[in-house]
Amino acid sequence: MNLADAVPIEHEASHPALQHHFENLEQQREAGALGMWVFLVTEIMFFGGMFLAYTLYRTQYPAAFASASNHLDLTLGAVNTVVLILSSFTMALAVYSAQVGKRTNQIICLVFTIVLGLTFLGVKAVEYRDKYVDSLIPGKLIPGRPFKPEVQEHGTPYDKHKLHLLPGATVKNVEMFYWIYFAMTGMHAVHMIIGVGLLSVILFFAWRGRYGPEYHNPVEISGLYWHFVDIIWIFLFPLLYLLGRHLEH
Amino acid sequence: MSEHIVSLRIYVTIFLALLVGTALTVVAGLQDFPGNLNVIIALTIAVVKATLVVLYFMHVRYSSRLIWVVFTSALFWLAILFVFTFSDYLTRGWLSG
Repeated sequence: MNLADAVPIEHEASHPALQHHFENLEQQREAGALGMWVFLVTEIMFFGGMFLAYTLYRTQYPAAFASASNHLDLTLGAVNTVVLILSSFTMALAVYSAQVGKRTNQIICLVFTIVLGLTFLGVKAVEYRDKYVDSLIPGKLIPGRPFKPEVQEHGTPYDKHKLHLLPGATVKNVEMFYWIYFAMTGMHAVHMIIGVGLLSVILFFAWRGRYGPEYHNPVEISGLYWHFVDIIWIFLFPLLYLLGRHLEH
Repeated sequence: MSEHIVSLRIYVTIFLALLVGTALTVVAGLQDFPGNLNVIIALTIAVVKATLVVLYFMHVRYSSRLIWVVFTSALFWLAILFVFTFSDYLTRGWLSG
């Protein structure tokens, strides 16, 4: 075909956000969502490896894992689960507000999502500090604070700062639980921090009025990421906080 | 295929279902069920919650087949990771004892 014959494609009232390599906004939206999903598949495999390590060690040292899990703060864990589910809800509403073209609602929902994300991280920081106080940070990650929890003796009054070992549990294997606990919740927290950063950028552009019913790709795929991080926590919460509660009476 | 907008009612319903699921997880975690029932119940609730998030909050229920395939592939590879690893570890005691 002769170049001169080529008719330039007429983009009927082309949207300014439409990239030239896409036919239309719909194709661009699909491609964006697909790209995020492919990334999330790699993320599932990344966290999958850690879930595998967790499952493996838990089957090897069930008593130690249950004892270590019982030392975690169930209330804070449950509160954080609710915080994260609520943030997923406000995130979904932010996408919805963009789809129906309500800019103010979209901004409010994004702000709520960011605040809830930061709340989650704040609670997590409190929990990490508790572990630091009880010398439960594994290995020698913290200078001057090696892993050295005090073990509760049988028949002594209950002390929440001491480790209650169930029969068959050893301190060494409890340390393994805390390696996995910090690796998994730490990686999850890193994802939350990235998510808060992403949403701050989205909030900035939402405030400038960039997203509406026709174009809201970035809001949608950031939402996909945010929900994914929520799903990881949906699994982490029962697996880390609830695995041995029923054994302690 | 144009974009499907999930209604507010569905979002609220899913949100409430997720809260109920969380409450159930905590309550069930404090009960002493026989055998491995505790972990089975906990994981069942978690899988249901995750499915609700994927289908409705992440719109997979209304997405193209391509997205379905990509998402399912993740579960497929995850299954390979777990099944092959545990077919090794869980059978190690069978020989020497």
